[in-house]
Amino acid sequence: MAKKEKKLTPQGIVKSFRDEFKTKIKDVQIKKRAAGKKKNETVTIWMKVDKSAFKSVIEHLCKLQFPHLAVASGNDLGKTIELIYHFTVNYGGRMDEINLHISVELPKTKPEIETICDWIPGALITEREKMEMLGVKVIGIPDDRKCFLPDDFPKGVYPWRRDETGPEKLYKNLHEVKK
Amino acid sequence: MKQKTTTKTSYHIPVGPIHPALKEPVYFEFELDGEKIVDVDVKLGHVHRAVEWASRKRNPIQILYLAERICGICSYCHPAAFALAVEDAAEVQIPERAEYLRVIQGELERICSHLLWAGVAAHEIGFDTVLYLTWQVREKALDLTEFLTGNRVTKGIMMIGGIRRDITKDMLPKIQKDLEYFKQMYEKLGNVFLNDKTVKMRSQGAGILTEEDALKLCAVGPTTRASGVKKDVRVDTSYFAYGDLDLHCVTPADLTGKVNGDVYDRIVQRLLEVKQSIEMIEQCIDKMPSGDIVSEPKLAKLLAQLKKVNGEGVGRHEAPRGEVIHYVKLDGNDAPFTWKVRAPTYNNILPWIPMLKGNQIADIPIVAASTDPCMSCTNRVGIVKDGNKYELTKEQLHKLSVEKTRRLMK
Repeated sequence: MAKKEKKLTPQGIVKSFRDEFKTKIKDVQIKKRAAGKKKNETVTIWMKVDKSAFKSVIEHLCKLQFPHLAVASGNDLGKTIELIYHFTVNYGGRMDEINLHISVELPKTKPEIETICDWIPGALITEREKMEMLGVKVIGIPDDRKCFLPDDFPKGVYPWRRDETGPEKLYKNLHEVKK
Repeated sequence: MKQKTTTKTSYHIPVGPIHPALKEPVYFEFELDGEKIVDVDVKLGHVHRAVEWASRKRNPIQILYLAERICGICSYCHPAAFALAVEDAAEVQIPERAEYLRVIQGELERICSHLLWAGVAAHEIGFDTVLYLTWQVREKALDLTEFLTGNRVTKGIMMIGGIRRDITKDMLPKIQKDLEYFKQMYEKLGNVFLNDKTVKMRSQGAGILTEEDALKLCAVGPTTRASGVKKDVRVDTSYFAYGDLDLHCVTPADLTGKVNGDVYDRIVQRLLEVKQSIEMIEQCIDKMPSGDIVSEPKLAKLLAQLKKVNGEGVGRHEAPRGEVIHYVKLDGNDAPFTWKVRAPTYNNILPWIPMLKGNQIADIPIVAASTDPCMSCTNRVGIVKDGNKYELTKEQLHKLSVEKTRRLMK
C-alpha cells in the first residue's frame, strides 16, 4: 500500500493521468469553491475515463497515493449507465484535501465493470450496491450477494434504472387502495 | 446466510436483525469457537425505505426535509450535505454569517450525538449510573438546540443558500452559560470514563482496528481517527466557516500519547471531540460577522433559479459519525435527476469484521456500539447448536456483558 509520502497538486494529478493514459482520459475539469470569511478554497477534480482503462486508472491512483473511497454513485443516462467513484486524496493536512470524482460510462447492452476490491477492499459494499440497484455486473467481486435489497426481491428489477427494468411496476397506488 | 464453518468445533449464531446492542436493525452472523469469534458476516437493508427514490417527486427544498428524516440523531448533517451538493451544482454563494451559524448547529449536534453514544456505551458494559449522568448533560444540550432552532430533534434549520434562524445578541448569554456547564461536566465525565478501572478493563484491547485496516476499508469519522488515521472533513477541506477556524485533527494520541485503535481509544476520541466542538462554537460566536443569513429569502425565486441549473455537485460534511457525502445531479426539472446519499455507517460496516474477530460473545455489544452505528437495536439472538435452537434475548445478551464486567471487577 502506497503510504502518503508527498503532497499531490491538482495539476500534478491530472498531468500524471494524462501522461499515462493519453486519450483514454476523456474529460477533465478542475473546480474550486471558496467558503467562509477568509475564502479558503477546496479543489475538486471531475475526470471522465474510458471503460477499457478504468481498472488501470484505479491502479495508477493507488500507486500515486492510497485514496479514500467515499462511495460510488450511479446514473441511468438512457443508453449508458454512468458510475462515478468519489475519491479523496491528500487528507491529513489542513485544507490540503482534493476531491477526485472518476466517472465511467458503461453501455446498457453490456453493463460490466471490473472490481476494484483487490486494490481497495473497502469498495465491497458500494460495488454490491451498484450490482443490485443498477444491474451492473462487477467482474471478480469477492462477494456477490445482495446488500440492501431483500433476498426475494424480483429478478430483473433495478431500482435506480429509468427504463423498463426500473421499479415502476412495484409501486403501490395508495389512492386506489382507499377506494 | 453463509453457514460455512472453517473448523470442526465452531458453530454459528445469528444476531439480529432486531438489535445487537444497536439502535436500529442489522443482522450479524457470528462463527464461534467456544466463546471466541472466528468470523463475522453482516447483512444490511432492514430499514431501507427508498428515500432516494422518494426524492424523484420532490423539489430541492422539499428534499431538505426528507433528508432530515433519514436519521433522527444526525438530522442536521443530511440536509447540510444535500444543501452543499446543490450549492456546488448551482454555484450559489452563501452569506458569511450563515456559514458561521451552520458551524454552530453542526457542532451542537455533534455534542448531542457523542453524549448519547457515551451513555449507550456505558449501558452496554453495565454502567447505568453513567448512562443517567451523560444523558442528563445531553438533555441540557437538547434544550439549547430547542432554544436555537425551536425543535429538539428534527430542527428544520437548513436552507439552500443559508440557514433559517439567526442567533441574536440577546441569545448569547444563555449559550455562554450552557457552554460553561458543558465544560464543567466534560471534566467530570472525562474522569469517569478515562480513569475508571472497570471501563478500562472492558475497553482496552477490545475490538482493535489497526491503522492499515482503517485505511484499506475506508473507515470514516471517530472510528478511523481512533485508529490513528488523520481524516476529518472539517480539517481537510474548507466548507461552511471551518476554513476560518483554528482547529486541528484530534486523535487519541493527543491525550494518551499513543494510538491503539481499541474501544478505549474510541471513547477517548469522542470525548476529545466534544471538547473541540465546545471550543469551535465559542470561536464562531467570537468571529461571526453580521449580515444576511440566507442568499435568497424568496423560496419560489430560489426554486426557479435551481430549475435552470444543469450540472452535478457533491456535498461533504463531517457528521458526528464521520464523513457524510451526497451527490446531486440537476437536469432542469423540478426534482433532481439523481440524489445519492452515503451515511458514515455505510463505510464503517466492513471495519466491524476485523474488530470483532478474536473477541468474546460478551464483547459484541460494546464493540459493535463502539463505532456508533446509525442503523438500529439486539432484541434477540438465536443460537443454533447441534440442531437445537436456543434463543438469547437482548436482555440475556446484555446480562452476559454485565456479568463479564462483574467478573473482571472481582
